[in-house]
Amino acid sequence: MDFITQPWEWYVAGPVISFIMFLLYYFGERFGVSSNLETFCSIGGAGKFVNYFKIDWRDNLWNLIFIAGSIVGGFIASNYLTTTDAVAINPQTVKDLADIGIMNAGQSYLPDEIFSVDTMLTLKGFLILIVAGFLVGFGARWAGGCTSGHAIVGLSNLELASLIAVIGFFIGGLVMTWLILPLIF
Amino acid sequence: MKYIKFFLVGILFGIVMSKAEIISWYRIYEMFKFQSFHMYGIIGSAILLGMVSMFLFKKKMVKTFKGEEIYVMPKKEGLSRNLLGGILFGLGWALAGACPGPMFVLIGKGVVSILVVIFGATLGAFFYGVYKDKLPH
Repeated sequence: MDFITQPWEWYVAGPVISFIMFLLYYFGERFGVSSNLETFCSIGGAGKFVNYFKIDWRDNLWNLIFIAGSIVGGFIASNYLTTTDAVAINPQTVKDLADIGIMNAGQSYLPDEIFSVDTMLTLKGFLILIVAGFLVGFGARWAGGCTSGHAIVGLSNLELASLIAVIGFFIGGLVMTWLILPLIF
Repeated sequence: MKYIKFFLVGILFGIVMSKAEIISWYRIYEMFKFQSFHMYGIIGSAILLGMVSMFLFKKKMVKTFKGEEIYVMPKKEGLSRNLLGGILFGLGWALAGACPGPMFVLIGKGVVSILVVIFGATLGAFFYGVYKDKLPH
């Protein structure tokens, strides 16, 4: 049981994720999480305004069920399979974060400076959350995929489009981490 | 009943995302700071093994459980869409510390504020749909 309750190493997690991709194709579907965001729009009636969302969302029901399962998996893992909420990040990362105003890095999964309910209820905190989400949703649909569809499936399938997208992911991620985050907090 | 398998695979996905700390904002920051191998090892090993899966699908050595051939639809080509969309995605990924999969897993962890991020992401997908024809692809 110790094996389960300890944090899982990369060489466990990578193969498990790859196995999940394999299973989804074996079950006749595909691996791609961000397309669910479009399904939400279709369910919410966006097809009345924009033809792009005029799809039969029932075709994507399997994917909604998949993310519903992932919510339950997250609940099970954090309540029954984890003994500590600390994340053993690099001590240098902890120092770097303290320098830009994010304290107690690694003592829990998420920084209070972004995710606590108190922060969410401030204007600045709310805007950070919604802008972060907006960029992810808009960018993923423009690029036609996120980490699952482009980085894992697309690169496994040796697609140039996915290589370009993943280079883009890193350009954006590096600019945010090195240049923009230090200005926010 | 045909959907229960997707629910079970989703549970496994939620567990691995949580247990390997992929849902931790700090792990994403650490990755973009190049201060840990953890995330690179996860994504890299998933891709290497994924190549084996793709090979088995292409050679028809593995078919779906119904015996149908597995075809992996290629992503849409286009420098603008992939690079510019990718950059916006990356900016959001590093700020939220979560890509779409982990966002949902964090609901299960009981993180209320992630609902605002998911709402933002849905809004982003909606605005992409609205302005799609005006954007370069």
